Amino acid sequence: MKADPRGVLTGTHFMDGDHACCEGALAAGARFAAGYPITPSTEVVERFAQRVPTVGGCFIQMEDELAASITLQGGVWGGAKAFTVTSGPGFSLMMEHIGYAAMTETPCVFVDVQRGGPSTGLPTLPAQGDMMQARWGSHGDYEIIALCPNSPQECFDLTIKAFNLAEEFRVPVMFMMDEVVGHMTEKVVIPPADEIEVTPRKHTHKSVEDYLPYGTNGDMVPEMAHAGEGYKFHVTGLTHDERGYPNMTPKMQQKLVTRLQNKILSATDRISMFEEEGTADADVVVVSYGITSRVAQRAIEMARADGLKVGKLRLITAWPFPENKIRQLAAHIKAFVVPELNLGQMVREVERAAAGKAQTFLVPHAGGSVHHPEEILAFIQEAVR
Amino acid sequence: MPLTEIRVAGFGGQGVILSAIVLGKACSIYEGKFATMTQNFGPEARGGACSAQLMLSDTPVLYPYVTQPDIMVVMSQEAYVKFASELKEDGTLIIERDLVRVTDLPKQTKIYSVPATRIAEELGKRMVLNIVMVGFFTAVTQLLEADAVRKAVADSVPASFRELNLKAFDRGYEYGVSALAAGPETPDLEQNAAVSQELV
Repeated sequence: MKADPRGVLTGTHFMDGDHACCEGALAAGARFAAGYPITPSTEVVERFAQRVPTVGGCFIQMEDELAASITLQGGVWGGAKAFTVTSGPGFSLMMEHIGYAAMTETPCVFVDVQRGGPSTGLPTLPAQGDMMQARWGSHGDYEIIALCPNSPQECFDLTIKAFNLAEEFRVPVMFMMDEVVGHMTEKVVIPPADEIEVTPRKHTHKSVEDYLPYGTNGDMVPEMAHAGEGYKFHVTGLTHDERGYPNMTPKMQQKLVTRLQNKILSATDRISMFEEEGTADADVVVVSYGITSRVAQRAIEMARADGLKVGKLRLITAWPFPENKIRQLAAHIKAFVVPELNLGQMVREVERAAAGKAQTFLVPHAGGSVHHPEEILAFIQEAVR
Repeated sequence: MPLTEIRVAGFGGQGVILSAIVLGKACSIYEGKFATMTQNFGPEARGGACSAQLMLSDTPVLYPYVTQPDIMVVMSQEAYVKFASELKEDGTLIIERDLVRVTDLPKQTKIYSVPATRIAEELGKRMVLNIVMVGFFTAVTQLLEADAVRKAVADSVPASFRELNLKAFDRGYEYGVSALAAGPETPDLEQNAAVSQELV
């Protein structure tokens, strides 16, 4: 369906990534956010708190991140599209409830504007150190989807995509920004509402008698009914059966948790978004994401000017990881170069998928700024040898 | 326009960030080119030296930070002390004449100054000094179309102050046209060194 025009600020703006993310959420139909504002993500909810009452929604500033990350899920079960926004320290506190969202199949978005860690770290400076936490931070087996914008324009476009994926798969989607992308100001084009596709809630069409809260019809994603609509309603983090009632048997655990994983993994190729260029005859492919992909692009251009055959693979979805793509590339290139604003996270996935067929070089950076293009270039030159 | 690195610096409250936003908007929205603006976040953004980094280009800006500015706009002595040394040797330095004394810079640096605060006060509001600087910048650097910057000024300020800001732009621009015709200035470094202490 098309976006509700009341939430769409159509026009050409000079806007930072945090504000663009907020506008993306509004365009996607988000009408509720619960948050505990934290640098460098504060501007997202600051703007949302100001804008959302004018389109019939609300923002609640909670007492902490635990409250924020569960209150937003209450909003979803009440019928709203909802999200929260945080940065590293808050993201850590939200992990329990991200697992809860995965287990209860609550469609929602967690925005993480990454800053330097661990702990309080570098509140005003960038890092990409939460990439593994986004995937593995909560306990137990589950799958999420994670997107990595590299510009304010993508903060707008991909926030809409994040909400759409959350609704389609009934899964928490991690929106992995970083301080640079959040605070940089660039042109952002917001199209008219009738050009914006939004995915509506997968609401049940069944009668009250026939509806099972976690019944699937072969496509692995159950239909949803909201609280107060007259349908049977039971939401629990305990292992549950199709009625939503606790059923703590190994058999039920196997069935439920396997489905939660497979509804995402079986759709990996459909969910995956990446930008690929110049890989066909490349010796080396630079794999990057988020702000680092822009610095990597400059390094790639410098390397090509020196006559090196360098390809680019920019991950737009980090999770589920596009391992088929890496496997295909590994079969015909010498090496991958993976710059990240961390000391080695997504590079492990690249290495695993490459399975020894191509070498893998990490270009590490502990965070606090971005790489210099020359640092990445040096690794490209080494990898070509 | 090849990639042009610009730093705008002053003290908090002078409208440093807004002036960078206006120039970025003129370039990326009204001229259809590319601009990336970043600002320094941190404790120094409250009151002390405040700065914005602006990258303008015909092609998409990849690396978002200034490495060595081609142009520097400085509105306070503290900002001058903090940032001036990073300017390219043959770069352009644009200063608020009454608030900044140039003390030590290579001979090749092109210096242009404007009494932006005084002009703003003549117009009735000191707060438009940043837009006087924007007008002056536009005329002296000739990087951006005056019309594009004027439009960006008009849609970056509250409607009730639009006319005042456009006047401020025009005054700065006119001043810049004369300054450009007169050529870069040669500051008296010794005398400035003596006076500059009082400005910090």
